[in-house]
Amino acid sequence: MEGLLRLRLALVFSVVAHLSLLVRSSSLSSPELQIVNAERRIDLTSHIVRVYLTLKVENAGTSPASEILLAFPPTQVDRIALVKAAATVGKKKKKKSHLPLDVNPIALPVAPNGTKHFAISLSNPLGVGESETLEVFYVLTHSLEPFPVEISQSESQLVHYHDSAIILSPYLIKQQITVIKTPSTKVESFTKVELTDRAGTEIKYGPYDERPPYSFSPVIVHFENNNPFAVVEELVREVEISHWGSLQITEHYKLVNAGARHKGIFSRVEYQSRQSLSGVSSFKHLLARLPPRVHSAYYRDDIGNISSSHLRTDSRKSEMEIEPRYPLFGGWKATFVIGYGLPLQDFLFESPDGRRYLNFSFGCPLAETVVDKLTIKVVLPEGSQNPSAVVPFPVEQHLETSYSYLDVIGRTVVVLEKENVVPEHNSPFQVYYNFNPIFMLAEPLMLASAFFLFFVAYVAYLHIDLSIRK
Amino acid sequence: MEATENGKGSTLRYAFGNVLSFFILLLIGILAFSIRLFSVIKYESVIHEFDPYFNYRVTQYLTKNGIYDFWNWFDDRTWYPLGRVIGGTVYPGLTLTAGTLWWILNSLNIPLSVETVCVFTAPIFSANAAWATYLLTKEVKGTGAGLMAAALLAMVPSYISRSVAGSYDNEAVAIFALISTFYLYIKTLNTGSLFYATLNAIAYFYMVCSWGGYTFIINLIPMHVLLCIVTGRYSSRLYIAYAPLVVLGTLLASLVPVVGFNAVMTSEHFASFLVFIIIHVVALVYYIKGILSPKMFKLAVTLVVSVGLVVCCAVIAVLIALVASSPTKGWSGRSLSLLDPTYASKYIPIIASVSEHQPPTWPSYFMDINVLAFLVPAGIIACFLPLSDASSFVVLYIVTSVYFSGVMVRLMLVLAPAACIMSGIALSEAFDVFTRSIKFQLPGVSGNDAVKTDKNEDSVKERPSKKNKKKEKENVEKASIKSQIEKRLLVLPLEASVIAILLLVLLGAFYVVHCVWAAAEAYSAPSIVLTSYSHDGLHVFDDFREAYAWLRHNTEVDDKVASWWDYGYQTTAMANRTVIVDNNTWNNTHIATVGTAMSSPEKAAWEIFNSLDVKYVLVVFGGLVGYSSDDINKFLWMVRIGGGVFPHIKEPDYLRDGQYRIDSQATPTMLNCLMYKLSYYRFVETDGKGFDRVRQTEIGKKYFKLTHFEEVFTTHHWMVRIYKLKPPKNRIRGKAKKSKSKASSTTTSRRSGTRKKNPWH
Repeated sequence: MEGLLRLRLALVFSVVAHLSLLVRSSSLSSPELQIVNAERRIDLTSHIVRVYLTLKVENAGTSPASEILLAFPPTQVDRIALVKAAATVGKKKKKKSHLPLDVNPIALPVAPNGTKHFAISLSNPLGVGESETLEVFYVLTHSLEPFPVEISQSESQLVHYHDSAIILSPYLIKQQITVIKTPSTKVESFTKVELTDRAGTEIKYGPYDERPPYSFSPVIVHFENNNPFAVVEELVREVEISHWGSLQITEHYKLVNAGARHKGIFSRVEYQSRQSLSGVSSFKHLLARLPPRVHSAYYRDDIGNISSSHLRTDSRKSEMEIEPRYPLFGGWKATFVIGYGLPLQDFLFESPDGRRYLNFSFGCPLAETVVDKLTIKVVLPEGSQNPSAVVPFPVEQHLETSYSYLDVIGRTVVVLEKENVVPEHNSPFQVYYNFNPIFMLAEPLMLASAFFLFFVAYVAYLHIDLSIRK
Repeated sequence: MEATENGKGSTLRYAFGNVLSFFILLLIGILAFSIRLFSVIKYESVIHEFDPYFNYRVTQYLTKNGIYDFWNWFDDRTWYPLGRVIGGTVYPGLTLTAGTLWWILNSLNIPLSVETVCVFTAPIFSANAAWATYLLTKEVKGTGAGLMAAALLAMVPSYISRSVAGSYDNEAVAIFALISTFYLYIKTLNTGSLFYATLNAIAYFYMVCSWGGYTFIINLIPMHVLLCIVTGRYSSRLYIAYAPLVVLGTLLASLVPVVGFNAVMTSEHFASFLVFIIIHVVALVYYIKGILSPKMFKLAVTLVVSVGLVVCCAVIAVLIALVASSPTKGWSGRSLSLLDPTYASKYIPIIASVSEHQPPTWPSYFMDINVLAFLVPAGIIACFLPLSDASSFVVLYIVTSVYFSGVMVRLMLVLAPAACIMSGIALSEAFDVFTRSIKFQLPGVSGNDAVKTDKNEDSVKERPSKKNKKKEKENVEKASIKSQIEKRLLVLPLEASVIAILLLVLLGAFYVVHCVWAAAEAYSAPSIVLTSYSHDGLHVFDDFREAYAWLRHNTEVDDKVASWWDYGYQTTAMANRTVIVDNNTWNNTHIATVGTAMSSPEKAAWEIFNSLDVKYVLVVFGGLVGYSSDDINKFLWMVRIGGGVFPHIKEPDYLRDGQYRIDSQATPTMLNCLMYKLSYYRFVETDGKGFDRVRQTEIGKKYFKLTHFEEVFTTHHWMVRIYKLKPPKNRIRGKAKKSKSKASSTTTSRRSGTRKKNPWH
């Protein structure tokens, strides 16, 4: 296993080295833009890598530019969960405000070494000679590789992080600096290139001047990170709307500790008596942030209720602290289901054109978890029509039909699927649909008529004499 | 004029009585269902205990793969490497019932999970059983007794213990099937209708599908028939009640794969065929008697008897030879241990090791049937006043079931309905007598009125069937006037009757209180999750599921887990891992192999387990929290069962002066066996002394290392510990030779013994 990893590392190194060599020779980017000042802060404190990038872009060309490109190495691009950009409006610090901009992946005809690009669409084109400050925020998942890959119960978890000391960009960067923040001061090693500095929990690369486009300088940081690497491999959230006044949510989790795999024995006596030393990278609590006014919450798995959970509710939020049946060491898995009910009036509204819409939060309620595959199923009441979903980021959508209590025609289910979901995706989405309230009475009427028919049949039976001989 | 008015009034009262008893029955059904929900309310909606997990797993398979796959299911996840043919070795009644329920619900688009359906099957069938009891007792002694018996059965603790929500076991539906079979038998006996006889055969078929206890029916009914014949109560109704049951019932029973040809081959069914022959002979005799003159008849009798005796002797000799040729005399072990209560403990430790196969203690009678135990004799007396075919049947039923319950705790369940029926009859008769006494003596109530009300009550009580009620009513009216005069003489003093009624009500109240307590406290614990109340509130021990969930998610799908057989069903159902032995104890040798491994020293045990492809060993240990039914307490049975097949395991080696102990006085064999080591590995580090809270002693050997096993998981309260077999070491030529010679010099005899006896080498 270790050999394989080394091989992979070597491969990454060679690719990266090639990149840096080749890139210098050919400059393919649009020549008219350049970055005056770039500052990158990489936050490695949890297992989700968050990168804050501040760019000051200047148009040194001859025509106005409406798009600014961000470049990512191909190894990173699959792990990007989210890219957000905002333009800073207002010069002075006090009046500063951020204007969110659209970011979309874009395939350039020629990209050196398979570099992938994202395009930031500016709200108003950048005129010649003008400059603008952009705040870019992106999130990487599965980017911390445990090394060693397997640890025993008493060891703490060390991970690798690969990146470049120089910001990969299609533009010339006049001045740049990169700061990497680690969770603790325990850093095993980090690549030393020119102008590398380490202070406390921060490693600083730069400042570098006048780097040509597509410059790359691979660095590796090897450090201790004992934060829970909680990854939900698959999450299915079912939101069932009942117009009788409640919203029923059922969430099926497949949780795994994606950190360094646990090796050898698990000793309960050590785990219980030496909590600070033993199983530091394991976790046994998870916090689910649920909407306020949650009722009838449950937490169970295939084989029954899991008794270790606490629900705290107040007027603004509900917090459910859940504890899997056993502490999750690296590589250990657990599956469970969380379900709860919510009052309908908090989430279902009527739009001005008479349609109803559900406004609900996308993403996983568990704090600081990555969801590899998230499926949201919004089960609309029977008889609803023309469903459409509005989600602030690209998701896969399709419709299904499900049958629940005494359904005849079935309920329309809007299915939204997204991969690589991080807590930053917890923003509201809407599902619009048409619904005639008369359908609410369908099932009670059906039941009533069934009972009526039964009694009529019984009365009829009592009055029929089928005997042949009197 | 008066007569018509009277008639109108009585019809109204009649209808009122029907509606009233309908609602009472409905309430009894609700009571039977809801008293069993304590386990869901106090704990959760979950399958209980051990066997229900197997039934649940089979039901899941049935609902997923359909009925044909179910019949052909070869289960390779249990009894590794032998496997088990589920379709042919399981009583399918319960599974098919729950599967059908689930299928109906799902086709109505009611999305209940299989688990939910399984959990609530038992309460639903308890309500059905209560209604069946009503019908049965009504046939015997009238509506009043029927309602009383149904109410008593709805909450009898013995039945509750087997049918709380989640207790998804065969008995849950089998008791209903048992009572309905009896009801239909009595109904046929009372009416002589072939329709009911056919229904009876079908009910019997359902019973055969549901539970091995069907042999009780197929022996009890012939006994009753024989009793009727002997006491000169033979009638054509008896013939119709019995002959179709034997023919149809046996044919249907042999359709059930698990019974198959046993329905005609084993001695359990022998009595029914013998009585079948006898009833035909008797029928023939009655027929011939009818067509011949008495003189001719006498002649014929002597002729037939002399010839018949010779033939009978020959047939019986052949039969005895056949039966004697089989080692168990054609009886299964469990049946034999019923006939001879000491049989199991002598020959089959595996049957004796199950606690529910032990004879009950006196308190358990009080616990399980409570005041019914005192009411039963009164009921028996009431059944003799007057004795009818039906009442003689229930008397026979109670007598035999009292005997069987005395042999095995588990069969208390068969006694419970009989006790309820008897007590229902007793209470109803007692109330009848007392209220009549009060009625006759109350001032202001004229005798005429009393006669009228009584008349109506009687007619309600003895209403035989819907079709010919008018004719019957006339008869009853005539008869009741006559009986009124007789009854007037049996009047008790007013004060005595009032006090007696009060006392009876008190007795009933006591019964209800006890039943509710039993349902809520004693019998609702699911046993896979334990709770205890301490000063800081409720404490939950959910260790079993913790361990099973860990196995399910963190081991390979095809890994084999070895544990004592008690946990086999749960491991396959909850952890979905292959087990070596489970609660279907069909292969004694295999269980003995596991028992031997558990009682062997580490190396020998490792070899046995390794030869069985075992990767994980699971032990249950209660020493830390004081959970008393753990493996150390069951260990002597492992030694006994293991020693029964592999004689090098000797029980005295594990006992010090005949005492089982694990403290410093324990024998070295005990302190070195695998079970001891796996249970107490690093236990001393919890409190520094190694104090076992179940045995209330400090353990004998505190510090030791495991050489062939490694701890991979221990649950939060240490109740389940899972060990992994260490992989075999690479063989280094020079060293291996040396160590081998060294080892063989020290423990030659034992090692070679283990080698030889281990069946997998």
